[in-house]
Amino acid sequence: MAELCGVVGIGQTKYAPSRKDVSMAGLLREAAERALEDAECSWKDIDAVVIGKAPDMFEGVMMPELFLAEAIGGAYKPMLRVHTAGSVGGSTGIVAASLVQAGIHDRVLTVAYEKQSESNATWALSIALPFSVATVAGAGGYFAPLVRGYIRRSGAPEDTGIRVAVKDRQNALKNPYAHLHLEDISFEKVASSPMLWDPIRYLETCPSSDGACAMVMAREKLAERTPRKPAWIHATEMRSEPTFFSGRDQVMPRATLDNAKSLYKKAGITNPRQELDCAEIYVPFSWFEPMWMEGMLIAERNQGWKMTYEGATALTGDFPVNMSGGVLSSNPIGASGLIRFAESALQVRGMAGAHQVDGAKKALGHAYGGGSQYFSTWIVSSAKP
Amino acid sequence: MREIAVVGFVQSPSLRREPNRNEVEILVPVIAELKKSVGITNDQIGFVCSGSSDYLAGQSFAFVAGLDAVGAWPPVSESHVEMDGAWALYEAWVKMQMGYADVALVYGFGKPSMGDLPLTMALQLDPYSMMPLWPDAISLAALQARLLLENGHLTEREMAERAVRDRRNAKSNPFAQLKGDFEVEKLLSEPMLASPLRKHDCAPISDGASGIILAAGEKAKELCKRPAWITGIAHILEPMELGVRDLTRSRSSEIAAHRAGVWRDKVDAAELSAPFTHQQILVERALGLSAKTRVNPSGGALAGNPLMAVGLSRIGEAAQQSWRGGADRAVAHATSGPCLQQNLVCVLEGN
Amino acid sequence: MSEQAAQAPGPVEVMLAPVELEYTFSAGQSASRFLRAIAQGKLLGQRCPVDGRVYFPTRGSCPQHGVVIDGEPVELKDVGTLVTYSIVRVPSQNIPLQLPYITAQILLDGANTILMHLLNCKLEDVHMGMRVKAVWKPRDQWTTSVANILYFEPTGEPDAPYDSYKEHI
Repeated sequence: MAELCGVVGIGQTKYAPSRKDVSMAGLLREAAERALEDAECSWKDIDAVVIGKAPDMFEGVMMPELFLAEAIGGAYKPMLRVHTAGSVGGSTGIVAASLVQAGIHDRVLTVAYEKQSESNATWALSIALPFSVATVAGAGGYFAPLVRGYIRRSGAPEDTGIRVAVKDRQNALKNPYAHLHLEDISFEKVASSPMLWDPIRYLETCPSSDGACAMVMAREKLAERTPRKPAWIHATEMRSEPTFFSGRDQVMPRATLDNAKSLYKKAGITNPRQELDCAEIYVPFSWFEPMWMEGMLIAERNQGWKMTYEGATALTGDFPVNMSGGVLSSNPIGASGLIRFAESALQVRGMAGAHQVDGAKKALGHAYGGGSQYFSTWIVSSAKP
Repeated sequence: MREIAVVGFVQSPSLRREPNRNEVEILVPVIAELKKSVGITNDQIGFVCSGSSDYLAGQSFAFVAGLDAVGAWPPVSESHVEMDGAWALYEAWVKMQMGYADVALVYGFGKPSMGDLPLTMALQLDPYSMMPLWPDAISLAALQARLLLENGHLTEREMAERAVRDRRNAKSNPFAQLKGDFEVEKLLSEPMLASPLRKHDCAPISDGASGIILAAGEKAKELCKRPAWITGIAHILEPMELGVRDLTRSRSSEIAAHRAGVWRDKVDAAELSAPFTHQQILVERALGLSAKTRVNPSGGALAGNPLMAVGLSRIGEAAQQSWRGGADRAVAHATSGPCLQQNLVCVLEGN
Repeated sequence: MSEQAAQAPGPVEVMLAPVELEYTFSAGQSASRFLRAIAQGKLLGQRCPVDGRVYFPTRGSCPQHGVVIDGEPVELKDVGTLVTYSIVRVPSQNIPLQLPYITAQILLDGANTILMHLLNCKLEDVHMGMRVKAVWKPRDQWTTSVANILYFEPTGEPDAPYDSYKEHI
């Protein structure tokens, strides 16, 4: 029933703490125009636009896609705005793909962005409600206690997070778009950086970035004809669970496990560790790499940290993770999920430049959000399913 | 294209202010009754999608709490749009078209009474040139109404007639907020609110939520005696700037209506989301409705306007017309953005 | 004439547009009951009708089952176990506390859900499983808010066994 959809164009902006050189419209267009150029098509070839971003408080504009209609090529076209918290970039990609997979449109442009320098992200993330007591200073304050729970369960060495942080920042040096280019990153530098929300250190934390990421997706016949190889979408999956209920496993939510099982089944994958060549995983705090290796059933329960320790997730390892530098190196919140999806597509198209995994044919793109309760994922490949 | 139908619809009463219940408390009984009325449980629902707005709720991630009303355990496949639930229904319809699910749950909710709605809506505007002036939603609509009146596109009388019609229709709708018998002359003698608009020309501020169940093919027939089949659904966005588009017609509604195939056959009933009387007229014209079409049998948005649910409820009300046998073919409309910037049109058929 | 005025103006790069919106927030029926009780120094939980688990703070519905929770409330003591925590060293404009402070997830005795609050404890002493007790504001400062409890403090009792709280972390 579903038609085959291919990613035929990818565009990213330079991620930076504050892109004062462009307005929101300029930021979106930078990514969109690069994607159109890559796909060798123009604005008029686009049938529909799907935009994704995180809470509107990050820019202080309510439903900004409305005022950005023309900037994003959406005038007199169908436009959808997705918002699923941190996983939004992923969900946006999935919604865009569905428009092609359902046979409704031939070519869809999808853009996810955040220009969070325009407002105050920490404030927006922890708006204190009346009658309650605010105890959480930003996302780190929310996740740090869960990381502590993972360390307790798995017995992972305390420096596991440091290793992930070093690896991702080293990878970022090979990605000209990345926000953080920490030339002198090292284990010692991360270990000695200030502790922010124990056990998460400053250098184990994602930056706050402005940025946008765009993709052009097309139906099979059109995708086959594009100049550069498309990344064929083999499967997409989403799962959500309530944030808070009695007995909820906050550290290894069932939603991620169910999502992974379903995704692999749809993609015909029985051994993800072997059958996937690499992955771009949403890791905003370094400890989430081992946690999501387990959450995506790539590592056994409580063993995810070993993949980091053994160097398996390094660019030269047998299961590279976050070759682009990941969320730890660039985090425009609304875009980060789509960047993961886009980077996984770049890998299988052989277009990831200096951070390319040799011979990558099948890759996983992953995003999560909320209180670790929303998961969106996809699998792309250089070959059709 | 798969055959997909609306098989269930539940709404909460549109109230000027829900004083005691928060959004989740409004949603819980709506979703519970929706599942019960259709006779399904979560394990039969393949996809969930909702619509809401953070700025309406005054919090980031306001929609997250909405999931509590679904009982999302085991975990569900779920998505959300920062738009009216009508667009969430569109997303679910697309998911079903690609064969991802056979049954979907869609809901929308909002408590605009919490803030100063006309002022909050100013935050939608261009942040550089318009928003800092804080033009409220009613004043912007008034600019459009002035344009229409002065160029002879419609009259105050025609506008007041919409208010009279919709409030009269709303008498038979237990969920509507404004209902009763009014007279055009009396309404026209009321003072201006923001000229040339009077109070009756504007939709009320309403808190509320609604939900719909969609089902495909055989499943729809299993769950509903007379499924309201979606035979066309489309939506279009226009630029926001008031000076760059034709405010005397709803171009995007015309395009969406055309793509949804409204023109293919007679339209027995139409449910419109336009929140101002002059905009109602523009949408009626854009959809090409004849005098034979019963417009807003529920009272429409002018009788109750729970933002983020109002468009979804128009689809539900149109489906209800079909179930009750009052209409073989009905059209529902949803809108977003200032002065009908973005519009969705959905055609439902009972046969 | 100043030097600045003599130069041609450059392009506008940044524009400050203050936004101020006021919202009247309604806690909801269930939370209101809970808040009125806490104004009297009482901690009220409620049971999910499906599995009998006690929710605290109360929320009107069970997110797991999607059903209304409105049965007889369960009064809880203000003592419990520290399930997990983090030592916070990042300032936030919403939190007027001195750094560093400890953000805590606490399982009150008799409750089946976590309360997020603060812990007042020597940094080097804090650990999972500690037994903790609420420290309240002076009675005359009580209002309808969880902030009536200033923070929790260790009781000094032996730790709760991991099994007693591990399902929450």
